[in-house]
Amino acid sequence: MVKEDFVPVRVHVRDQAKDFRRLGKRFGAEWTPTILMLDPSGEERHRIEGFLPADDFLAQLGLGLARIHFSAGRFQEAEDQYRQVRERHPGSDAGAEAQYWEGVSRYKRTDDPSALVDTARAFQDEYSDTPWAKKASVWRS
Amino acid sequence: MPIEWRHDADAVLADSGGRPVLLDFSAAPM
Repeated sequence: MVKEDFVPVRVHVRDQAKDFRRLGKRFGAEWTPTILMLDPSGEERHRIEGFLPADDFLAQLGLGLARIHFSAGRFQEAEDQYRQVRERHPGSDAGAEAQYWEGVSRYKRTDDPSALVDTARAFQDEYSDTPWAKKASVWRS
Repeated sequence: MPIEWRHDADAVLADSGGRPVLLDFSAAPM
Protein backbone atom coordinates (compact mmCIF):
# COMPACT_ATOMS: atom_id res chain seq x y z
CA MET A 1 0.00 0.00 0.00
CA VAL A 2 2.76 2.46 0.90
CA LYS A 3 4.65 2.21 -2.37
CA GLU A 4 1.57 2.15 -4.57
CA ASP A 5 -0.37 4.93 -2.90
CA PHE A 6 2.11 7.32 -1.31
CA VAL A 7 5.49 8.94 -1.76
CA PRO A 8 7.13 7.97 1.55
CA VAL A 9 9.60 10.49 2.95
CA ARG A 10 11.28 10.53 6.34
CA VAL A 11 12.75 13.37 8.39
CA HIS A 12 15.03 12.10 11.14
CA VAL A 13 15.14 13.81 14.52
CA ARG A 14 18.92 13.56 14.91
CA ASP A 15 20.42 12.91 11.48
CA GLN A 16 18.39 15.71 9.91
CA ALA A 17 18.03 17.85 13.01
CA LYS A 18 17.77 21.17 11.21
CA ASP A 19 15.11 19.92 8.78
CA PHE A 20 13.32 18.18 11.63
CA ARG A 21 13.05 21.43 13.62
CA ARG A 22 11.92 23.47 10.64
CA LEU A 23 9.43 20.99 9.16
CA GLY A 24 8.35 19.80 12.58
CA LYS A 25 7.32 23.36 13.42
CA ARG A 26 5.57 23.79 10.07
CA PHE A 27 3.52 20.61 10.49
CA GLY A 28 3.15 20.61 14.27
CA ALA A 29 5.11 17.39 14.74
CA GLU A 30 6.14 17.42 18.39
CA TRP A 31 6.82 13.77 19.02
CA THR A 32 8.28 10.77 17.24
CA PRO A 33 7.03 8.95 15.45
CA THR A 34 4.57 11.37 13.92
CA ILE A 35 3.38 10.28 10.49
CA LEU A 36 1.32 12.57 8.33
CA MET A 37 -0.67 11.72 5.24
CA LEU A 38 -0.76 14.69 2.93
CA ASP A 39 -2.90 15.05 -0.17
CA PRO A 40 -1.13 15.91 -3.43
CA SER A 41 -1.50 19.63 -2.69
CA GLY A 42 0.33 19.19 0.63
CA GLU A 43 -2.69 19.47 2.94
CA GLU A 44 -2.59 17.18 5.96
CA ARG A 45 -5.51 14.73 5.88
CA HIS A 46 -4.56 12.13 8.50
CA ARG A 47 -2.07 11.82 11.35
CA ILE A 48 -0.56 9.01 13.40
CA GLU A 49 1.24 9.96 16.62
CA GLY A 50 3.14 7.21 18.42
CA PHE A 51 4.18 3.70 17.47
CA LEU A 52 1.66 1.23 16.07
CA PRO A 53 2.08 -2.50 15.30
CA ALA A 54 2.28 -3.24 11.58
CA ASP A 55 -1.34 -4.27 11.11
CA ASP A 56 -2.68 -1.20 12.89
CA PHE A 57 -0.26 0.98 10.96
CA LEU A 58 -1.54 -0.40 7.65
CA ALA A 59 -5.10 0.16 8.78
CA GLN A 60 -4.29 3.80 9.55
CA LEU A 61 -2.73 4.21 6.12
CA GLY A 62 -6.00 2.94 4.68
CA LEU A 63 -7.94 5.50 6.71
CA GLY A 64 -5.59 8.22 5.48
CA LEU A 65 -6.02 7.24 1.88
CA ALA A 66 -9.79 7.14 2.30
CA ARG A 67 -9.74 10.60 3.87
CA ILE A 68 -7.75 11.96 0.96
CA HIS A 69 -10.46 10.70 -1.40
CA PHE A 70 -13.18 12.06 0.89
CA SER A 71 -11.64 15.52 1.13
CA ALA A 72 -11.33 15.65 -2.67
CA GLY A 73 -15.03 14.85 -3.01
CA ARG A 74 -14.39 11.36 -4.40
CA PHE A 75 -17.03 9.78 -2.19
CA GLN A 76 -17.33 6.49 -4.06
CA GLU A 77 -13.57 5.90 -3.77
CA ALA A 78 -13.66 6.98 -0.13
CA GLU A 79 -16.53 4.60 0.62
CA ASP A 80 -14.71 1.73 -1.11
CA GLN A 81 -11.49 2.45 0.77
CA TYR A 82 -13.23 2.69 4.16
CA ARG A 83 -15.01 -0.59 3.43
CA GLN A 84 -11.68 -2.19 2.63
CA VAL A 85 -10.25 -1.05 5.97
CA ARG A 86 -13.30 -2.37 7.82
CA GLU A 87 -13.14 -5.73 6.08
CA ARG A 88 -9.37 -6.18 6.33
CA HIS A 89 -9.05 -5.07 9.95
CA PRO A 90 -12.12 -6.40 11.76
CA GLY A 91 -12.35 -5.57 15.44
CA SER A 92 -9.66 -2.89 15.26
CA ASP A 93 -9.81 0.77 16.27
CA ALA A 94 -9.51 1.65 12.60
CA GLY A 95 -12.37 -0.70 11.75
CA ALA A 96 -14.75 1.28 13.94
CA GLU A 97 -13.63 4.58 12.46
CA ALA A 98 -13.90 3.14 8.94
CA GLN A 99 -17.45 1.93 9.61
CA TYR A 100 -18.47 5.46 10.63
CA TRP A 101 -16.88 7.21 7.66
CA GLU A 102 -18.00 4.57 5.18
CA GLY A 103 -21.56 5.53 6.10
CA VAL A 104 -20.82 9.23 5.85
CA SER A 105 -19.19 8.72 2.45
CA ARG A 106 -22.24 6.83 1.23
CA TYR A 107 -24.51 9.60 2.48
CA LYS A 108 -22.38 12.27 0.80
CA ARG A 109 -22.40 10.24 -2.42
CA THR A 110 -26.13 9.50 -2.50
CA ASP A 111 -27.67 12.27 -0.38
CA ASP A 112 -29.78 9.45 1.09
CA PRO A 113 -30.22 9.71 4.89
CA SER A 114 -30.82 5.95 5.11
CA ALA A 115 -27.03 5.57 4.73
CA LEU A 116 -26.63 7.16 8.16
CA VAL A 117 -29.53 5.23 9.71
CA ASP A 118 -28.03 1.97 8.42
CA THR A 119 -24.65 2.93 9.83
CA ALA A 120 -26.13 3.68 13.25
CA ARG A 121 -27.81 0.25 13.19
CA ALA A 122 -24.55 -1.43 12.19
CA PHE A 123 -22.94 0.05 15.30
CA GLN A 124 -25.48 -1.75 17.45
CA ASP A 125 -24.02 -5.04 16.16
CA GLU A 126 -20.34 -4.11 15.91
CA TYR A 127 -18.09 -1.64 17.67
CA SER A 128 -20.91 -0.71 20.05
CA ASP A 129 -18.47 0.26 22.83
CA THR A 130 -16.47 2.71 20.75
CA PRO A 131 -16.66 6.51 20.54
CA TRP A 132 -17.69 6.07 16.90
CA ALA A 133 -20.84 4.25 18.02
CA LYS A 134 -21.70 7.22 20.24
CA LYS A 135 -21.21 9.59 17.33
CA ALA A 136 -23.41 7.47 15.07
CA SER A 137 -26.12 7.08 17.72
CA VAL A 138 -27.62 10.44 16.75
CA TRP A 139 -28.62 8.93 13.40
CA ARG A 140 -30.83 6.24 14.86
CA SER A 141 -34.39 6.62 13.63
CA MET B 1 8.39 -5.49 3.06
CA PRO B 2 10.28 -2.53 4.56
CA ILE B 3 9.35 0.93 3.36
CA GLU B 4 11.94 2.58 1.13
CA TRP B 5 11.89 6.04 2.62
CA ARG B 6 13.14 9.04 0.73
CA HIS B 7 15.02 11.68 2.71
CA ASP B 8 14.56 14.75 0.50
CA ALA B 9 11.45 16.09 2.19
CA ASP B 10 11.63 19.58 0.69
CA ALA B 11 11.81 18.21 -2.84
CA VAL B 12 8.92 15.81 -2.23
CA LEU B 13 6.81 18.53 -0.63
CA ALA B 14 7.51 20.84 -3.56
CA ASP B 15 6.48 18.22 -6.10
CA SER B 16 5.10 14.80 -5.22
CA GLY B 17 4.13 14.08 -8.80
CA GLY B 18 0.44 14.40 -8.01
CA ARG B 19 0.60 11.62 -5.43
CA PRO B 20 -0.22 11.69 -1.71
CA VAL B 21 2.76 11.95 0.64
CA LEU B 22 3.55 9.90 3.72
CA LEU B 23 5.69 12.21 5.85
CA ASP B 24 7.38 10.48 8.77
CA PHE B 25 9.00 12.43 11.60
CA SER B 26 11.12 9.67 13.00
CA ALA B 27 13.73 8.69 15.56
CA ALA B 28 14.18 5.22 14.11
CA PRO B 29 17.72 4.12 13.15
CA MET B 30 18.60 5.28 9.62
